[in-house]
Amino acid sequence: MGSTSSTLLKIPNAEVLMQETGFSPAHIIRLHDRFKALDKEGRGYLCPQDFGAIKELAMNPIGDRIIGAFFSPGKETVDFSTFVKILAHFRPVDKDRPKEPNSPEPINSRSNKLKFAFQLYDQDKDGKISRDELLKVLRAMLGMQVTEEQLESIADRTIQEADLDRDEAISFEEFRKSLEKVNIDHKMSIRFLR
Amino acid sequence: MERGAKEKNQHLYKPYSNGIIAKEPVSLEQEIQEMRRGGAEPEFDMSDIFYFCRRGVESIVDDEVTKRFTAEELESWNLLTRSNYNFHHISTRLTALWGVGVLIRYGILLPLRVTLAFTGVGLLVVLTSVVGLFPNGRIKNYLSDKVHLMCYRICVRALTAIITYHDSENKPKNGGICVANHTSPIDVIILASDGCYAMVGQVHGGLMGVIQRAMVKACPHIWFERSEVKDRHLVAKRLSDHVADESKLPILIFPEGTCINNTSVMMFKKGSFEIGCKVYPVAIKYDPRFGDAFWNSSKFGMVNYLLHMMSSWAIVCSVWYLPPMSRMEGEDAVQFANRVKAAIARKGGLADLLWDGGLKRGKVKEVFKEEQQKLYSKVLVGSSEDRSRS
Repeated sequence: MGSTSSTLLKIPNAEVLMQETGFSPAHIIRLHDRFKALDKEGRGYLCPQDFGAIKELAMNPIGDRIIGAFFSPGKETVDFSTFVKILAHFRPVDKDRPKEPNSPEPINSRSNKLKFAFQLYDQDKDGKISRDELLKVLRAMLGMQVTEEQLESIADRTIQEADLDRDEAISFEEFRKSLEKVNIDHKMSIRFLR
Repeated sequence: MERGAKEKNQHLYKPYSNGIIAKEPVSLEQEIQEMRRGGAEPEFDMSDIFYFCRRGVESIVDDEVTKRFTAEELESWNLLTRSNYNFHHISTRLTALWGVGVLIRYGILLPLRVTLAFTGVGLLVVLTSVVGLFPNGRIKNYLSDKVHLMCYRICVRALTAIITYHDSENKPKNGGICVANHTSPIDVIILASDGCYAMVGQVHGGLMGVIQRAMVKACPHIWFERSEVKDRHLVAKRLSDHVADESKLPILIFPEGTCINNTSVMMFKKGSFEIGCKVYPVAIKYDPRFGDAFWNSSKFGMVNYLLHMMSSWAIVCSVWYLPPMSRMEGEDAVQFANRVKAAIARKGGLADLLWDGGLKRGKVKEVFKEEQQKLYSKVLVGSSEDRSRS
């Protein structure tokens, strides 16, 4: 369909967004429509309740954490730019992008995807996943289906395996190391159509 | 145009893809097995969170429920602005064609249809009142049927609805309940122009109230006061009383409780399935290429909606009468409702969803989250039990 440029003009900072995130014009338009659909009151930004209205997300055991990932600490609203930039983490990795030495790392690099997942665990943002934080995530994913002891044993075993410097917590580097063999690109990517 | 539309109806409706992302239907177990392919047994791994994370973000970008409550997008444009979100100027010729379309639709078709509509409704009110004067008996029932059918058929013409009825041998009979999927208030007119039903609904004021009171004079319908609707036992009692009387017409009910956009069938409310009589399922599928019949009640009011309907090209739909079903031994109302729902969805080529239509306005129940947690724990804990045993 021609004339996508006229709709693109209505979106603020579209050019900049496309450059930073690597989304195509069609994707940006689609995401903008989605943003407007979620922003039911048409205020131009989203708040946690707008995300909470998505039924499938409310059903997700770690739904609250994912919603939290969109809001920077202290901020209560998400504008379209931030929305798109966070979603950009889930773009599949560009395999044939030339490695320019001075360009910043793309948002959807393997490392950034890992950082996104790391912050889902590390809620107090101190750079480490403590035993407590791990327990909280396990509790969220398993609910009442397992006993407290089972949870604790799973947590202890995980920390034992991943914690290399023996400080009873998992730093980002240890996290990255333990996931060396996992195909992050596949697991943390969403295939955008068109 | 009518003949052409009828022929096209023979094919199964193509499922329109509304999504902007490709969701892989991989289950939780499969994902986790894949991640462990290194040979180690399944136990918790830091990467397990990826599955939930990705599903969560996918639902932020595109979720199954919200898109059922907005009208379907068409892949190719049918010259109606309202069916295309990304409407922008493509070429002068197309705009000119669209302009001609507008002239025809609003200048010629609309006035004709409005006149017919008024005639149909007017006749309905007048004739049913006349029939009501007759004493109860066979003649009255016969006349009432004829009057209802005639008036509904005029209304059908008023909307230029081209309906193909399939499997008419399964048409609902007295002493049963007819259930169908709900897309718009027009569903009633479509079904009632082919058979006689007892309607169920709330008592309204104004024009609707006049129509309701007139209809009830000719044959028994079930109209509830607003206060009575809350009392489920009262509702159930009135319905079962009506059904027990063999001389009364089959009841027409839409168990979804709200209008869905005709790409899927949502959860059926179990009330009508508890009564314990024969259920006649009916599937209604509209062809969106000629005019989208879905009523988005949060966006458009009734009058607006009817105006849209009457200024579309036509309403083309198919109605399938399914063979009657009864509740089986050991089946509760919810399971029965789901069985009927699956049959309707299958016949009409619609997606069968377990979501509640009430989610249009309400919150998700905790029980769904628990389901997810149960699945995940089964994969983890179940397998570690195997290990400790061996």
